[in-house]
Amino acid sequence: MSVAERLRARTPVRRWVGLGVATVVWFALYEVNLPIWDWAVYRVVGLDPASQLGSGVHFFFYDSIKIILLLVGIIFAVTVLRSFMSVERTRALLGGKREGVGNVMAAGLGVVTPFCSCSAVPAFIGFVAAGVPLGVTLSFLIASPLVNEVAIALLFGMFGIGPTALYIGAGLVIAVVAGFTLGRLKLERWVEPFVFETRLGGQVIDSTVGLTWDDRIQMGVEEVATILRKIWPYLLVGIGLGAVIHGWAPADFFTRYAGAGNPFAVLIAVGIGIPLYSNAAGIMPLVQALHDKGLPMGTLLAFMMAVVALSLPEMILLRRVLKPPLIATFIAVTGLGIIAVGYLFNAILPS
Amino acid sequence: MIIKILGSGCANCVALERVTREAVSALGVDAEFEKVTDYGAIASYGVMRTPGLVVDEAVVLAGRVPTANQVRELLAPLVG
Repeated sequence: MSVAERLRARTPVRRWVGLGVATVVWFALYEVNLPIWDWAVYRVVGLDPASQLGSGVHFFFYDSIKIILLLVGIIFAVTVLRSFMSVERTRALLGGKREGVGNVMAAGLGVVTPFCSCSAVPAFIGFVAAGVPLGVTLSFLIASPLVNEVAIALLFGMFGIGPTALYIGAGLVIAVVAGFTLGRLKLERWVEPFVFETRLGGQVIDSTVGLTWDDRIQMGVEEVATILRKIWPYLLVGIGLGAVIHGWAPADFFTRYAGAGNPFAVLIAVGIGIPLYSNAAGIMPLVQALHDKGLPMGTLLAFMMAVVALSLPEMILLRRVLKPPLIATFIAVTGLGIIAVGYLFNAILPS
Repeated sequence: MIIKILGSGCANCVALERVTREAVSALGVDAEFEKVTDYGAIASYGVMRTPGLVVDEAVVLAGRVPTANQVRELLAPLVG
């Protein structure tokens, strides 16, 4: 009997009890994480909290566990909630919407629809061939990776509700404005012609119809496992780099080059971030370490947005349906939005 | 039956083909496998999330990798 079958055969009551126990264990682990590493690193191993090695090692272990706990909790909750949405339903909601209203809806739906950028191309064809305007489709494709559950989980855990809300708001605004702008530019001639010629056949399978709570919880567990399996190398490298910066980088090294005093810092951060391919899990420990070193939040959030929203591999995928001038315009418009948000945050947030 | 695996060669598509082959041999049916990697063709089945599983031109599953047992449950009513 497979694991899935055994889980399925279990009565819903036991599933709920299991969920309850898991929740209690999660909160308990989250609470003891700091005291345990204080005790293990500083007392048992005897490293000095004021030393570079001590604070670096402590940062690495404490942060790894904290990030993993946050990821498990939020990915699970988001997956269960998102199991009520699907790309098919999103497309039905967007069909026939005018630009403007459509862009706002697409950005919002991009956040709540379960979607992986690996499906960007079939979804793009599916949306455009069904008559969803190009700009509205692009709003969806920008919002989906930009405002994602991993980024939200980590931002919330490290910086609290304020910066998280700002990030979500800014991400939505960028997706709406960039999508609307791209729609106004009438770029349809730079979409590969086969997209418009694709006839949508077959009946649409909505994979979310008829799910029980048991199924939804099962999906949550599977998604946590899938995402953690996918992102752990990025996470380890990110936390490792974060720990090195945390413990060893000279205090004024980054602020001298990329601090509030450098008016080009946001521009440079976004320029570096666009081709980089990582995900929020790999970037966030770096962002936190750099923030501790005194870099302004706007610069860091802009860097992170550039990394998660735009990447070389995704552009290569999109090349199958978009011609180079449209890809370039897409990068330029989205990048400009991110840069504007970075400068805005730097201006309004106390560093 | 003719089974088509929709997807552009990502890890999920390989996994889907593996579990589907398992299910097919468990059911003991004669099936012909075909990979559909062309995005236009994938979209024309109405699939927006890969991988997709098409049996005799009907989409039976899209957007996730099931277990071999789940595929067997899907295929069982379609056999003969």
